This record gives sequence, C-alpha cells and structure tokens, in this order.
Amino acid sequence: MAEPRSPGERAPAKPNRPALALHVPEPKYRPGDKVDFSHLEIPPAGAQPRPDESVHPSAIHDLAFGLIRVLGEDHHAHGPWNPRLDPETLRTMLGHMALVRAFDERMFRGQRQGKTSFYMKCTGEEATSVATAMALASDDMVFPSYRQQGILIARGYPLIDMINQIYSNRADKLKGRQLPIMYSSRAHSFFSISGNLATQCPQAVGWAMASAMRGDSRIAASWVGEGSTAEGDFHAACTFAAVYNAPVILNVINNQWAISSFSGFAGAERTTFAARGLGYGIAALRVDGNDALACYAAAAWAAARARGNHGPTIIEYFTYRAEGHSTSDDPSAYRSAQEREEWPLGDPINRLKQHLIAIGEWDEERHAAMDLACAEKVKATTKEAEKNGILGHGLHHPFHTMFEDVYEELPWHLQEQAEQAIRERIAKFGSERPFG
Amino acid sequence: MSAETNTVESAAAATAAEGERRLNMIEAINEALDIMLARDPDVIVMGEDVGYFGGVFRATAGLQAKYGKTRVFDTPISECGIIGVAVGMGAYGLRPVPEIQFADYIYPGLDQLISEAARLRYRSAGDYTAPLTVRSPFGGGIFGGQTHSQSPEALFTHVAGLKTVIPSTPYDAKGLLIAAIEDNDPVIFFEPKRIYNGPFSGYYDQPVAPWKTHPDSLVPEGYYRIPLGSARVVREGEAFTVLAYGTMVHVAEAVCRAKGVDAEIIDLRTLVPLDIKTIEASIAKTGRCLIVHEATRTSGFGAELAALVAERCFYHLEAPIVRVTGFDTPYPHSLEWAYFPGPVRIGEAIDTLLKD
Repeated sequence: MAEPRSPGERAPAKPNRPALALHVPEPKYRPGDKVDFSHLEIPPAGAQPRPDESVHPSAIHDLAFGLIRVLGEDHHAHGPWNPRLDPETLRTMLGHMALVRAFDERMFRGQRQGKTSFYMKCTGEEATSVATAMALASDDMVFPSYRQQGILIARGYPLIDMINQIYSNRADKLKGRQLPIMYSSRAHSFFSISGNLATQCPQAVGWAMASAMRGDSRIAASWVGEGSTAEGDFHAACTFAAVYNAPVILNVINNQWAISSFSGFAGAERTTFAARGLGYGIAALRVDGNDALACYAAAAWAAARARGNHGPTIIEYFTYRAEGHSTSDDPSAYRSAQEREEWPLGDPINRLKQHLIAIGEWDEERHAAMDLACAEKVKATTKEAEKNGILGHGLHHPFHTMFEDVYEELPWHLQEQAEQAIRERIAKFGSERPFG
Repeated sequence: MSAETNTVESAAAATAAEGERRLNMIEAINEALDIMLARDPDVIVMGEDVGYFGGVFRATAGLQAKYGKTRVFDTPISECGIIGVAVGMGAYGLRPVPEIQFADYIYPGLDQLISEAARLRYRSAGDYTAPLTVRSPFGGGIFGGQTHSQSPEALFTHVAGLKTVIPSTPYDAKGLLIAAIEDNDPVIFFEPKRIYNGPFSGYYDQPVAPWKTHPDSLVPEGYYRIPLGSARVVREGEAFTVLAYGTMVHVAEAVCRAKGVDAEIIDLRTLVPLDIKTIEASIAKTGRCLIVHEATRTSGFGAELAALVAERCFYHLEAPIVRVTGFDTPYPHSLEWAYFPGPVRIGEAIDTLLKD
C-alpha cells in the first residue's frame, strides 16, 4: 500500500478497493404497488414451545425470531400458548375490542367535523392493548404510548372522560392542557401519556424498580412503537431493566409504520424487534399481534415472570397499522392501500369473533347486536360529553387554571403573568368570562 | 420571607460558638442526604459511583453502608436512564435524589427533565408529580476542561416547571438541599464544585482558605431547611448591588473587599423561583447593579436578571446594568483563568459601574 505523502493525507485511489455504498432503506410497496406478503414467515398456530416463566433468556433465543400464534386458520386455539380462557372472558375481550373500534370511528369523525384538533385510531391493533391489559392485574402500572386506548377501556375508564379529554372541554380531567388522547388516570394505574416518544420506557422500569425496592407485588408495563425503539430512552430502559432485573414488561408494537417511515428505519431489515432484548439478556417473545389469545398468553407469561422475580421481558407484537398515523396524515400518500387488505395476519376482532363462533359461544346475530350497542353507547356518550363543550367553543376550564400545576404553588412570576392574561381577556371581552 | 430567614441564619451561626462544628460543603451535603434518608423512607439516592465508593466527590460517602443498597446505589452510565427511572420512581411515590456526576453530563437526560419531570404535574393536572432533586457538581476552576467545568443553569431556568437551586456555603448547602428534597416539584441542585473545600476568592494565584475559617461553615447538627426562593444578603452596602450565586458570591466579595467598595452583595441561592423582592429593595437603595456569573454570557441567567432589574427598577438606576460572565467559548483547559470571570474582569466592571 502506497504511503500518503504526509500523515493524514488521503491515499491515492485504489482501483482494487471497491467504492462504498450507503444503504437507505426503502419499503417494498409504495402507493399503487401490488402487494405480496408471501416473503413474511408466518409459522402455524401452536408451533412455538412455551418455556417455564423462570427460563434464562439465553435458552429461548428462537422465540425472539419466531411468531407465537394460538388462533389457527381453523379458528381454533392451538398449542402450549393457548391461555385457555373461559368463554365469558373471551366475550369480554371481544366486547372491549369492539368498543375501542367503535370509539375510534366516532372520534375520528368528530375531528373531521371540527369538534377537536386531533385523533389517533388503533384500528387493527386493538388486541395489543386490550388483551395485554387483561393479562395484567388491574393495579399493575401501565406506561402507555399514544395508541393504547384499549387499556383504558379494558380497565373500565369512563368513556365520557375520554371524550371530555379529546374535546379539551370544561369537564376534561386534564384541564384542557393535553393534546387529545394523551390521557392520564392514576386511579386506573395508567400513567400520563407524554407525546414525546419512548420516554415512558425508563419510567416504567423506574416504577418497577421502586415496586421491587418496597417488596410490593405490582409490576409495570410500557408500550412503545417499533419506530420509537430507535430512541435512546428505549435502550436506557433495557439496560436498567436488565441490570436491576426489574419486574417490568417492555411491549413493542410493531405496526410496520411510524407515520410514513416503514419499520426498516428502526432496523427491521436486519433483525426482529424482540431480538433487541437478547443483547441485554432480557427474555424476548415475538407474537402475532392480531391474535388476541397469543397477545394475552405472552403478556401473562411475562407478568408471571416479573411477579416471580425472574426479571423483565420484551414482547414484540407483530401487527399492522390499518389506518393513518393520526388525523394529520394521509397514508395513501406513502404506502400501498393494498397492504391492509393483504396483511396475512388478518383482523384481530374478526379472528377472535370467528374463534368464539367456532367453539359455539358466539354467532353473527349477537355480534351484530354487540356492534350496534357499541356504536349506540359511543354516540350517546358523545352527545353527553358535548354538553361540556367541544374544542374552541368557549366551554373550557377557567382561565386561571392555565397557570396552575406548573408548580405546586404559584410563584410570583406566574402570578404576574396570570394577572396579565386576565387583563388581556378583559381588554378583549370587557369582562373575565368564567369559561371564556 | 428572606429577611426573616436571614435573621434566623445569623442567629444560628452566632449561637454555634460552643461545641461548634465546622463542615466543608461536601460534608454538609452528605449530612443533608443522611438526614433525609433517615427521616423519609421514600428518599433514595442513586447515580454513577455513588454507592459503595461514595461518589467521585465523596458526597454520598458512607450512605450505602448506613442505608443499604436498595436506597443508595450505583447506576449504569446513562443520564437519560437515571432521570427516566427517577421519574418512574416518583410516580410510584418515592422521592429520588439522583446524582449526575458532572453538570456537563446532564444533557442526555434533558428530555426526561424538560419534557417529563418538569411537565408531569401540569400535563396530568396534578395526577402525577416528579418530586426529584437532581444533584450535580457544576462550574469550573478545577482544570476540568470543557467537559467538567460548565455552568448550564440557564438551560434549566428557562424550563417552566423546574426549580434551580445553587448554594454558596456549607450552611446553605445543607438547608437548601433538605428543602429541595422535601419540595414536591423537580429541583435542579447545582453544587459549585470549586468551593466544595473552601470559599475560593477568585485570586487563583493565592492560597485558598479552607471552609473552617469562614463563618458559614458553622453547620448545626440535625434538620433545618432554608426555603427555596429566598436570597441571602451576604453584605449590606450602599454603593451598588451585586447579584451572584455559587462560587461567584465569594469572588465578588473578595474583589469588593480588595477594592474597598461598599457593595451590597446578594447571593440569590435559588434562581427559580427568584427572590425578586430582595433584589428590588437593594436596587432601590443602591441604584446600581452588577450581575456576576461564571456561565457563558449570551442568554445566560444574567440576561434575565438584567431584564428584570431594567423592567422593575429602571427609575432607581443611576447607571447602566453591568454583567460580568464567562466568555462565549467552551471552557478552555490551559486558559481556564483567562476564561474565568475573575478579579480583573469584575474590578473593571465595578469601575465602569461607579464611573458616573
């Protein structure tokens, strides 16, 4: 090799040294493309072994690359991961998922009608929050991302409080401060949703560490999208969870799309998201996220593992975001509309419905009646919530609340700013209207 | 409030003559942590090297042995993780006191501080709070180079929901740290590491007096607190007002003494919430204002102080407000004392301020 003329100088070009090439990931299908998902490896239901919850993570590497599935093509439950839930629990699960979908439909429409600024549906991903939440104890602490409305519904949070929050109206428990759907409910062991991504992951680990320090029996769980696993916070969470053997479940919802960026921009071309756990020595499961029974079984396994002081688990739920990221994007501008139709894992609500029918515990008539009841419930509750106001129509919290809760006590500078704000209102309206 | 506090403090310092205990700032901080760990089972201490070893500056020495390793423990080298888990622990009901080994290392944890800890009470309408106290040594003058010398306080005073506290004496360090830990809002507690062992005067070519020769090293045993948001009048005077905090309180004091000027020196102690009344009263009396901080100049906390004094005390002012700060460069290693706002820079500023 010829030496450069001086240290640090570029060496002359070498004809036998190949030119480097940068790889920029590109999704397989863009708008208008014909979609073929046959490259996805979808193992049959029941094929994955179910180890004991105390297993060492190194012994279950294959589960980070496979796909735990319970519901088969025949709509029956198969294999060792079958959680063997009784029909009443299955119907409850189905009911929660159907209510989430009906709720999403109505709230999305409400945004389009100008009743609020923003909404995010979880269509196609209902199982990853409803079934997972049902596998936890009701007082286990959850640190959700922004697409886990299913947890609140599974935990019985009042629909009207969700709608009041979405409308940012005068009955909004968060006083109109948060973007729609960024719920919070300590009473439901549901952490305040941030909107900044993956910050909830180390927080869940910290909560779990605190619970362990105290000899409590409650565990924590966080949810994050596959795109956000690229954030440093996710990796900090994994490190702390592994180091302190924290009783926590780190759920990764791989719905293939982070707004317009496909999962390849978070590393999906190289390995699975469950496999992130392996480098940390964290037990890792990869699950069919559209199979409610598999979601339940994986979460129950991880919960038992955490509760038994055997440590954390990462669960990747392989699913598909059937709608846009939010009301603010049009997915037809960046991906093929055929993807949703061709998605090989089907729809989670339909699969659970078909399972209940297959075991003789459900039928089309009852399903149609349930859907109707969900829609009616959402509609009636929406009307009730609208009495408290919709966004931008005056019925918000009293003006002074804007300055409260920045600190426990109002410091002088905020007191002065509050007085200024009230002067501005009086200048504009001639009086400080209680709700205007 | 500040006037009362000052009286209480002076009394405390004066009555400590018999069986008096003199502590340096590290010992005072260690004692505050010890007292709070003993008083409140929700208090936990964590950070890089704080456990068995007791911290790179020894601030947590002996605490793990005394309280056990589930209450005082080492963490991975991940400031994002340290602050993130502290927020989660706060949500559980604990009162974490994480240490960030150097303020220069705090940046990976900023999102967790700014977007999470600072806003949690607000965004959840009081459902959740983040009662953390983030301790971190800050400031230069120890040949720490650009990564062990910074004064990033203005990054935090800019954030709604955070409180920022900076002690300048062992007595204050203990009382303020106890108040910070008991506070239900997130507090950034910056410890001026140049004065851990003695009140550095800024005359770097002269020997530094140890704390034991300083009246504020008299630290009573047991629990006491200094309320956040109360400044301390270090020295009363008529000629002009000095607004300073941390190391620069002692430097300003030494320079004023050397120049024989009758300055009123105010140690702010808490930047947010700021004790504006003490500042206003002093400017009304002196009519001149010198602001001193070690941090870089542009958008430093001195800019906020200058704006407040101009807005609120303009008709008392007899001369333009003068700022003395570090230069707008990274903290240089070999030229540390050229960067540091020492006696020459402060002396010139005083001459300017008193010119007319």
